Amino acid sequence: MSQASVQVGSSPQVKYLLRIGDSCLILAQRLGEWCGHAPILEEDLALANMALDLLGQARALLTHAAHLDGQGHDEDQLAFLREERQYLNPVLMELPRGDFAFTQVRNFAVATWMLLLWRRLQSSTDPEVAAIAAKAVKESAYHQQHAADWVVRLGDGTAESTARMAEALAQLWPLFNELFDADAVDAAAVALGLGPSWAELKPEWTAHLNEVLADAGLAHPKASAYVSAGRRGVHSEHMGHLLAEMQYLQRAYPGGKW
Amino acid sequence: MVSSHQQQSSPCGRLAAAWEVLRQIPDPEVPVISLCDLGIVRDLRETAGGLEVVLTPTYSGCPATELIQDDVRAALAAFGEIQITMQRAPAWTTDWISEEGREKLRAYGIAPPGRVLSAEAQPIRLVHRASLNKLACPRCGSVHTEKLSAFGSTACKALYRCLACQEPFEHFKPI
Repeated sequence: MSQASVQVGSSPQVKYLLRIGDSCLILAQRLGEWCGHAPILEEDLALANMALDLLGQARALLTHAAHLDGQGHDEDQLAFLREERQYLNPVLMELPRGDFAFTQVRNFAVATWMLLLWRRLQSSTDPEVAAIAAKAVKESAYHQQHAADWVVRLGDGTAESTARMAEALAQLWPLFNELFDADAVDAAAVALGLGPSWAELKPEWTAHLNEVLADAGLAHPKASAYVSAGRRGVHSEHMGHLLAEMQYLQRAYPGGKW
Repeated sequence: MVSSHQQQSSPCGRLAAAWEVLRQIPDPEVPVISLCDLGIVRDLRETAGGLEVVLTPTYSGCPATELIQDDVRAALAAFGEIQITMQRAPAWTTDWISEEGREKLRAYGIAPPGRVLSAEAQPIRLVHRASLNKLACPRCGSVHTEKLSAFGSTACKALYRCLACQEPFEHFKPI
């Protein structure tokens, strides 16, 4: 038995919201994978808690995107029954969780980006988006502070932790570009007053990143011209595997609940 | 918040009775305080067939949200058809936890949240652990305490330890 896929339409509002909602959803899935595997119990709790916040934010955005899409879908259908090319998160979110250094560098970069994004979305002309952002901004502030703490602690830690942080930064650096890539969907969102162009967040994001990296004694990797295209549905080889695990139950047992 | 609603609804016995029921419903995760103490019951209105209860979520991903709705429906069943409306804006803040609720938390062993700075007043960048305000132990009152874990057993709490009486305790995070 299997469940048929659903497709969302191509309106820029829906795409703009799915890019953010899918970012929350897919990163929540990756953080959830740490449960039972984190180096200390406190981090098991922290990563699971952050995953839960992100999942809550994803639910709200997917529900609203489905509403704007107007095909009568709900959050569960969008989360579990779309095909890979219909997910619009940047590739950064879907990369395997890596080691603890990799996870903390990604969490810090993403939480800082989300904090800046939610702050601006609070003044969205769409009242539902503004309300979702007003709640999420408080949660992201905790995520960002926690991850920044770890970046400093590990960057300024032992020779082993410093080396792992430098390696994580080098691996992740080219993937950050997609967080600030402007395109027609962004332009439409700006014109509608729905939300900011992601490119607009870059100077502030870079300033925060630099500040924390300096504190951690970590050097910048070299700039890269590579821009991934997850926001347009073109994902890495890891996405299919992630979706297979995430979607399995709803595909195999349609509408299954517990 | 809650008291202003109570004043508005006091001329109507039915609403006053319903508020009284709501004040008795415990929060499922911190049962020592009620939903009203927590500040998540935003409004109560009469409808043609019963009542409409307006609730606001604490955290976006709080897993107790659905359970709370079921508890409210069950507790108010005698008032007819209960319609639950989830209202996201303005976003819930721990500043809405009543004074009575804060005292109940402290007595239960959970350090209540301090006042929340406005979003604009908060530094976006990390605050070093050492510079954080010292939290008073809910058991012995000492401020000689340390944070063990920024995240705790539920989304809304962090874990601390008192270095004076050696007891671990939870802290309801200001948000």
